[in-house]
Amino acid sequence: MSAHDLSMLEAGDALPTLTAGPITPLTLALFAGGSGDHNPIHVDKAFAASAGFPDVFAHGMLSMAYLGRALTDWAGPAAVRQFGVRFAAITPLGASVACTGRVEAIVEHDGERLAKLALQAAVVDGPVTLVGEALVRIG
Amino acid sequence: MIDRKHIGAATEEVSIEVELSQLRLFCQATGETNPVFFDADAARAAGHETIPTPPTYPQTLLNLSPFKKNLVLDVIQADLARMLHGEQVFEHHHPIRVGDTIRMRQSVADIYDKKGGALEFIVLETLARNQDDIVCATLKSVAVIRN
Repeated sequence: MSAHDLSMLEAGDALPTLTAGPITPLTLALFAGGSGDHNPIHVDKAFAASAGFPDVFAHGMLSMAYLGRALTDWAGPAAVRQFGVRFAAITPLGASVACTGRVEAIVEHDGERLAKLALQAAVVDGPVTLVGEALVRIG
Repeated sequence: MIDRKHIGAATEEVSIEVELSQLRLFCQATGETNPVFFDADAARAAGHETIPTPPTYPQTLLNLSPFKKNLVLDVIQADLARMLHGEQVFEHHHPIRVGDTIRMRQSVADIYDKKGGALEFIVLETLARNQDDIVCATLKSVAVIRN
């Protein structure tokens, strides 16, 4: 769906699913540098073990960035007004992440037409990892 | 238990440039393929004055901001090995674009616990303003400490 089709949106409509990954150690090294999040739990297996984890695991913000791509692919680069998530589960190495969303309502705020979205990221064939919502300008 | 006296603690305000090279690395790391986010010509062709930033990018600018002390690690002195990211919320009021200078100030909005102290929560709020003193974004992060 391209940005100019969004005027026809209705509650219940789904965003195109975005799938990213599989997440490798290189993905996490790049994201540590790219995001400025240098927490060793995501790149240093010995540190992860000292914290009680069998291996490093993905930054939650990496999956939130994937969800952000799903939003901007759909509504354009500058349309996101509010975007929040709760991190529900860890994303392990090797996971591919599926980002999905659904229109909950169309609302007006400050003269803008906004879609209120329910969002989710999940490991493909695995648990839900992020649950969130967004307000995105659609006109 | 984390001392609740830290509620209200805040950083100084620091400035960070929105640099294209860092944004390109972020795009590479997140699989971003929309050239609007890393190519000035593509951004202009799509009607943007200059290159816009992705919706979670304020957190990257925050991570890279040159605070003298990190609120969570240096002030509260929470143990990184017991910390997980619980929640994250962005409110976007004005675009953050390549070439902007963003001023960041972070504060501890709340500290609370659940399950008899087995889990503690640090709520951090950040205001991001640009060189024209326009509030571009507010960030809220919740860190969870597993005691």
